[in-house]
Amino acid sequence: MSASRAEPTVTPAVAAPEARQGRPAPWDREEVLAWLFMVPGLLVLLLFMAYPFVLGITISLTDKMIGFKDYAWVGLDNYRMLLSDPTFRMTVANTFIYSFVTVPFKLLLGLGLALVLNQTFIGSRFVRAGLLLPWIVPTAISSLAWLMLFDSVLSPISWVLKDWGLISQNINFLGDRVNALASLCVANIWRGIPFFAVSILAGLQAVPQELHEASALDGASSLGRFRAVTLPTIRPIVVITTLFSIIWTFSDFQLIYVLTKGGPAGGTHVFGTYAYQTMGYSALGQAAAIALSMFPFLAVFAAVLLRYVRADD
Amino acid sequence: MVGSNTVSNRLLKLWLPLAGYSVFLLFPFAWMLIVSLKPDAALLDTRVNPFALPHPTLKNYAYLLSQTDFPRWVLNTMIVTVGATVLSLFCSILIGYALGRFRFRGGDTMGIVIFLLYLVPPTLLFIPLSQVVSRFGLYNSYWSLILIYPTFLIPFASWLLMGYFRTISKELEDAALVDGATRLQAMLKIVIPLAGPGVLSAAIFCFTLAWNEFLYALVFMGSGKMKTVPVGVVSDLIKADVYFWGSLMAAGILGSVPVAIAYAFLVDNYVSGLTAGATKG
Repeated sequence: MSASRAEPTVTPAVAAPEARQGRPAPWDREEVLAWLFMVPGLLVLLLFMAYPFVLGITISLTDKMIGFKDYAWVGLDNYRMLLSDPTFRMTVANTFIYSFVTVPFKLLLGLGLALVLNQTFIGSRFVRAGLLLPWIVPTAISSLAWLMLFDSVLSPISWVLKDWGLISQNINFLGDRVNALASLCVANIWRGIPFFAVSILAGLQAVPQELHEASALDGASSLGRFRAVTLPTIRPIVVITTLFSIIWTFSDFQLIYVLTKGGPAGGTHVFGTYAYQTMGYSALGQAAAIALSMFPFLAVFAAVLLRYVRADD
Repeated sequence: MVGSNTVSNRLLKLWLPLAGYSVFLLFPFAWMLIVSLKPDAALLDTRVNPFALPHPTLKNYAYLLSQTDFPRWVLNTMIVTVGATVLSLFCSILIGYALGRFRFRGGDTMGIVIFLLYLVPPTLLFIPLSQVVSRFGLYNSYWSLILIYPTFLIPFASWLLMGYFRTISKELEDAALVDGATRLQAMLKIVIPLAGPGVLSAAIFCFTLAWNEFLYALVFMGSGKMKTVPVGVVSDLIKADVYFWGSLMAAGILGSVPVAIAYAFLVDNYVSGLTAGATKG
């Protein structure tokens, strides 16, 4: 703010009356000023988003290796190779499982939490802030807590279940693909619930109270009122929140990187971790192709989201 | 209807579910805190109750602060976060102002573009960005992240500020224009001061989003002492198969505190920020 305050705003005294007569200086016209204002931000976005995006596409069409100057154009070979790569196929499957299995849980549990928090009770503000922690704390850090909760030897979850006599051996949470995927989903659901809850809570607070009372007087049950009054009001925000969550989960990296690094045996990779690992093998062209494979899916989700955001008026 | 608000009803609808949610959502943090206060020997003894804490110690925290690069990571994260936040705010105030208060050809399209850019995840661009970073000679320098974090901070902050600027009445500004002020003067002297709370929440969100970022920090500032807190904790404190669980969890607790405090006050604004453009469009 202080930076923009410091901008010189030297205006000759004579310019003022002119401006009043509808002939402002050219740089003070809305149309011109608006675009001038866009310049610094657009410069950053062009240089570090648009340019890398185009560069990414061109790299994915080459056999570029890290540390080598020479490379050759290989057309769509990198993408073709992915189609016959079993790890990539598993990556696609994992990403969809990870995104779409977790979302219903996050939505339902988040809605439940929002309904609980929407009641008035002592210390509600404090509780609300506390229950947001999973979503607020850096994921790389909270994933470390889960890494230990899922440890094959030290897991306190295994300890408790053994203590209660429910299991006799420690659970191998991250040791095989199915267990590891399930564990990742649990950690993801844990992280996502608060985001759904706060978003839906904001929607709930916009539900007109009079409507609620009116339909209660008409004898509607609380479930009936929920469906007739509450649900229609919060639907747009539920849809938008869900789509945001799908996009973020689909393109996730940290949680999987910390918990499994895509293992065991590449069985829990998502696009981000597989691209990162491939980059570690110096195969830049291949890695770029893996990362860009996300794009068509993201574009579809984004298009749907945009439609809802614009219609939500 | 009033009579239904009995004690048992309240227990069923409020306190029981609240207890369930609290246990699930807070358990990992409680665990983190317990482990961070445990002596190493007690930690590895799997026969005793892992939740018991007979001899709490601050040794893990002391080790973290004196024997690891943790303090340096905090400094690195601070520098990057403040730099990226200042740059992003400067750009976002201008963009938010233009989109929120000026009518101009292409304005609506730019609004949509900014929104879509917010959806672009780091995982999509980090590979070509690594080439851009090394071409500009920014690898392992603070500038890499200071310049790149705005790619996700600007879209979010612009969107939030656009919504905020729209809520400020046009009348004051018009009055100033009639009095002969230029648009720039009206903006700097009248509108931006009124937008103080919006700018402040945008700043805090930028700060926390930058503090939490992981992938770009891992790829562009991941070697030597130049790590940020999340990257340093994950890559330096986990050495091969030897886990320093105690100091790892201590780092987790310390690394979470700044953002936890910042967010706790502002979360409602975050949500309205995501949908601000939508409801005012």
